[in-house]
Amino acid sequence: MKFTLKIWRQDGPQDPGGIRTYELDEVSEDMSFLEMLDVLNEQLIAGDEEPIVFDHDCREGICGSCDLMINGEAHGPEVTTTCQLHMRSFHDGETITVEPWRATAFPVIKDLMVDRSAFDRIIASGGFVSVNTGAAPDAHATPVPKENADRAFDVATCIGCGACVAACPNGSASLFLGAKITHLGELPQGQAERDSRVAGMVAQHDHEGFGGCTNIGECTSACPKGIPLDVISQLNKDLRTAIKHGH
Amino acid sequence: MALTGLIFVGYVLAHMYGNLKAFAGEAAFNGYAEHLRELGEPLLPYSGFLWIARVVLLASLVLHVYAAVTLWRRARAARTTKYVVKKNKHSSVSSHWMRWGGLTLLLFIVWHLLNFTVGKVNPQGGPTNNPYQLMVDSFEVWWLTLIYLVAMVALGLHLHHGVWSAGQTLGLTNSVRQRVLWKRAGLVLAVVVAGGFSLVPISVLLGVIS
Amino acid sequence: MTDTLKTSDPASPDDPQRHDDAAGYYVPGEPLTGREHAPDGPLEERWSKRVFEARIVNPANRRKVSVIVVGTGLAGGSAAATLGEAGYQVKSFCYQDSPRRAHSIAAQGGINGAKNYKGDGDSVQRLFYDTIKGGDYRSRESNVYRLAEVSASIIDQCVAQGVPFAREYGGLLDNRSFGGVQVSRTFYARGQTGQQLLIGAYQALERQVGAGTVEMFTRHEMLELVVVDGRARGIIARDMVTGEIETHLADTVVLASGGYGNVFFLSTNAMGCNVTATWRAHRKGAYMANPCYTQIHPTCIPVSGAHQSKLTLMSESLRNDGRIWVPKDAKDADKDPREIPEDDRDYYLERIYPAFGNLVPRDIASRQAKNMCDEGRGVGPEVDGVRRGVYLDFADAIERLGRKAVESKYGNLFDMYARITGEDPYEVPMRIYPAVHYVMGGLWVDYDLQASIPGLFVAGEANFSDHGANRLGASALMQGLADGYFVLPNTIRDYLADSPFDKITEDHPAVVEARQAVQARIDHFMTTKGTRSVDSYHRELGNIMWEYCGMERTEDGLKKAIDLIRTLKDDFWRNVKVLGSADTVNQSLEKAGRVADFLELGELMCIDALNRRESCGGHFRAESQTEDGEALRHDDQYAYVAAWEWAGEGQAPVLHKEDLVYEFTEMKQRSYK
Repeated sequence: MKFTLKIWRQDGPQDPGGIRTYELDEVSEDMSFLEMLDVLNEQLIAGDEEPIVFDHDCREGICGSCDLMINGEAHGPEVTTTCQLHMRSFHDGETITVEPWRATAFPVIKDLMVDRSAFDRIIASGGFVSVNTGAAPDAHATPVPKENADRAFDVATCIGCGACVAACPNGSASLFLGAKITHLGELPQGQAERDSRVAGMVAQHDHEGFGGCTNIGECTSACPKGIPLDVISQLNKDLRTAIKHGH
Repeated sequence: MALTGLIFVGYVLAHMYGNLKAFAGEAAFNGYAEHLRELGEPLLPYSGFLWIARVVLLASLVLHVYAAVTLWRRARAARTTKYVVKKNKHSSVSSHWMRWGGLTLLLFIVWHLLNFTVGKVNPQGGPTNNPYQLMVDSFEVWWLTLIYLVAMVALGLHLHHGVWSAGQTLGLTNSVRQRVLWKRAGLVLAVVVAGGFSLVPISVLLGVIS
Repeated sequence: MTDTLKTSDPASPDDPQRHDDAAGYYVPGEPLTGREHAPDGPLEERWSKRVFEARIVNPANRRKVSVIVVGTGLAGGSAAATLGEAGYQVKSFCYQDSPRRAHSIAAQGGINGAKNYKGDGDSVQRLFYDTIKGGDYRSRESNVYRLAEVSASIIDQCVAQGVPFAREYGGLLDNRSFGGVQVSRTFYARGQTGQQLLIGAYQALERQVGAGTVEMFTRHEMLELVVVDGRARGIIARDMVTGEIETHLADTVVLASGGYGNVFFLSTNAMGCNVTATWRAHRKGAYMANPCYTQIHPTCIPVSGAHQSKLTLMSESLRNDGRIWVPKDAKDADKDPREIPEDDRDYYLERIYPAFGNLVPRDIASRQAKNMCDEGRGVGPEVDGVRRGVYLDFADAIERLGRKAVESKYGNLFDMYARITGEDPYEVPMRIYPAVHYVMGGLWVDYDLQASIPGLFVAGEANFSDHGANRLGASALMQGLADGYFVLPNTIRDYLADSPFDKITEDHPAVVEARQAVQARIDHFMTTKGTRSVDSYHRELGNIMWEYCGMERTEDGLKKAIDLIRTLKDDFWRNVKVLGSADTVNQSLEKAGRVADFLELGELMCIDALNRRESCGGHFRAESQTEDGEALRHDDQYAYVAAWEWAGEGQAPVLHKEDLVYEFTEMKQRSYK
């Protein structure tokens, strides 16, 4: 297969950056999208051009490192992570535009690499259960109804990739927030801090410069783990309760 | 946003009910308008209810617009560099039209109040103290009806997303069932309200009401 | 304590009683006892004895005591969080953009815990025994017992943190049996147990970041260990965004930087997994133990072409219902498998091991797959002239159980396979091939997890660990969390009780020297201006390692590999091409440093494999097998931990042997025929 690749190149945070066009031939349809970029990078290195910088690590769809906007869609045309997207999802001869996530809270570091540490700071402001090591009761001390445990798991599968923010016309991270709120809110272990958690995390979210949610739903359709929009409703509900309780 | 939005939903439903009185004839329509002024008497003074409603609506409008502007500004600040290519995957058209549609509605409301409430402009130069006549005279002008219908399309779109979005914002859509329910409610309300409001001007234009 | 097993003199090449294949490649050193800080007495009392005897740092002093933790996986994340909770001043480092992305996240199966919630006869004793046996009698009894003992507390801790383990309808935790053990002791969260456990540890860590006890350094890579007066006192790290070379000093350093499976280039590890942190420590005096012990997983998706960057594992459970075969005739290799008649298929595992069939242990299944491909009977695309793949066929299972049943059991795996290969496994047999998955070797540590450099602690896959020569399924997560939550925080305090240590500053000669060494290496890469990309060297090293130090190792092969690696290493240092600059993100530069260390490690792995002329666990020497081709251990000669000391650039490494003493278990040979 043959592709025309229009890739965002940006030397650093201060550089305005721009799209550069590359031609790549002899691409196998079995390559993952990132392997295609590897091949392009080898080609660039051979021609003494600096390789394209992009985040990636596990390449099996779970670490959440990869984060490319491909032809205007977060993680590309399939519902999966960029690393699990394969070239057979594109037509031979297609022009593919690759950009970094765009959000003020995710500043570009270089080329396609952005800084998503805002997500860590949101978790640090409440996305946990305060239990010191060794302080835990027996694991069977509190049974958890299976449906709650299952819902908690479903939303805990969030990989923190940021596709929700990238796809959201408002640049909001509500789906990410909601997933964590719902995960811990479904479990008895998460109840004690339920109010302070949502209040703290939402305050940090807003402080980081993410936009507000208008329930458009682009986030959930871009989410490689299929986190449903219900979690944002849960987030709002929990926030309302927390405010009622004086947070 | 959600609360004020739901107040408007209640209001447009009542308003639509009043409009549809047009099909019952001039007496019923004008009687209803007069009845609104007498509502709550003698507990409230004449027009008291109407004024309370007006204040509530105006306050809601201010808050609704304020919230919208805030969200809009936050969204602009949250993404200062635009994508070169950006596609929307599965979101509804209505959800993307909330801001421009909302602005359209705001302009329409100003015009609408000038037309029927505050300014009472009769484009055909007829009486302005007869609500029924004012309405018929207005909608007999094709371009006024057109403005009105465009506004109703905007209202329908606004309701389609707005109703579901309100449910979501109020935390009432925590399961797939609830989500589907609220989305359907949005669709039904959009069709009923936009359709219901449009019936009267279309009927006037077609001569069914005169 | 009685020493029941006698080990021959350390590698005397002229001893006719033993082969010493590695003679000339190493220098014999002093034996190690491995008993440092290890209490004696009854096995079940040893850990509580140590917890009691390990001194405690006065809580008021703890915030004056500083700890560096490198790595934020299950071991590093949980250790940093727990040390932060205890009140120490912790600095935590990871190369990823967030601690949540460490590769522990990719573990699928589950985590063992000796809870006996199923009442099926499980106990600490049984988990201990299974682990010892699974490790082919090459691990320490005391350590393994401790691991089994704390396993139950791990489950409690994780549940309390909100890890959404699978539950039964009654609301209690579900367990499954895993990796062929006879009890159900594996806790799981669908196929994403590693992810859920890591997020639990990550949240605990972020909680401490929020509380100010842990300072987080993401996108930072440790490039050197700072050793002052014989003690580990800090690290030199590169800020991978600005390129700045930073010095971080502390009272102690914990390495939890994971395994080095990426020495094979292709493995199921993440792209960034590397040996640099532990290798730099090794060069500073920390012994590297059993580096040749590698676990290879038989059911991975095969390489599809020269572009392949990593391999994806599929659960071994597939072998419960799938039948493995290759064509009898190499000519059929590129035929549509559905058109190859039954008579022309070789169900080789069922043929060679009629009793266990397709369920033979991982190493046997892996080795036989390689043999078939080496014979030219492999299937799938030809990569570098060889087809590396065998069929895993579900046609019989679909006929027997129905498509629905197969779908409900393996649906997610089939989907994953289909997404990656573009083939429908319900219609066409899957293709599988073994891949490197985990390494049991790592930095040598004593009972306290302290390396041979005082003040350096090593946790998780990075240490040579408790798994012996092979690791049981669902035990990697258990060990990582055992080390991080429970073992290390208890043992490190004994070392820290001696603080305050001498105050050192950044201009201390040892610190300056470490920083200069890092700078010199970076300068070298930036100025070499060679012709070959870093990846091309890494791929070539991987090919050498896979070919000669992979599933089956021979004396000749290993010696050849050592020569090849040395030549490659020379070429690498003269001819590597790194573009761009060092003061910004430079992924080629990052990789160059890692590959440089992999090259040295690869050589040591080959020497270690050469030295160990026996087959045990994940290490198979062709020279040491039974008539049936089974792995054959030599307990009389090799019941030791091989701890290698760096002797300097170009010098033969020094081998220190730690005899493994079995007081409570009897060593047995396995048989699967």
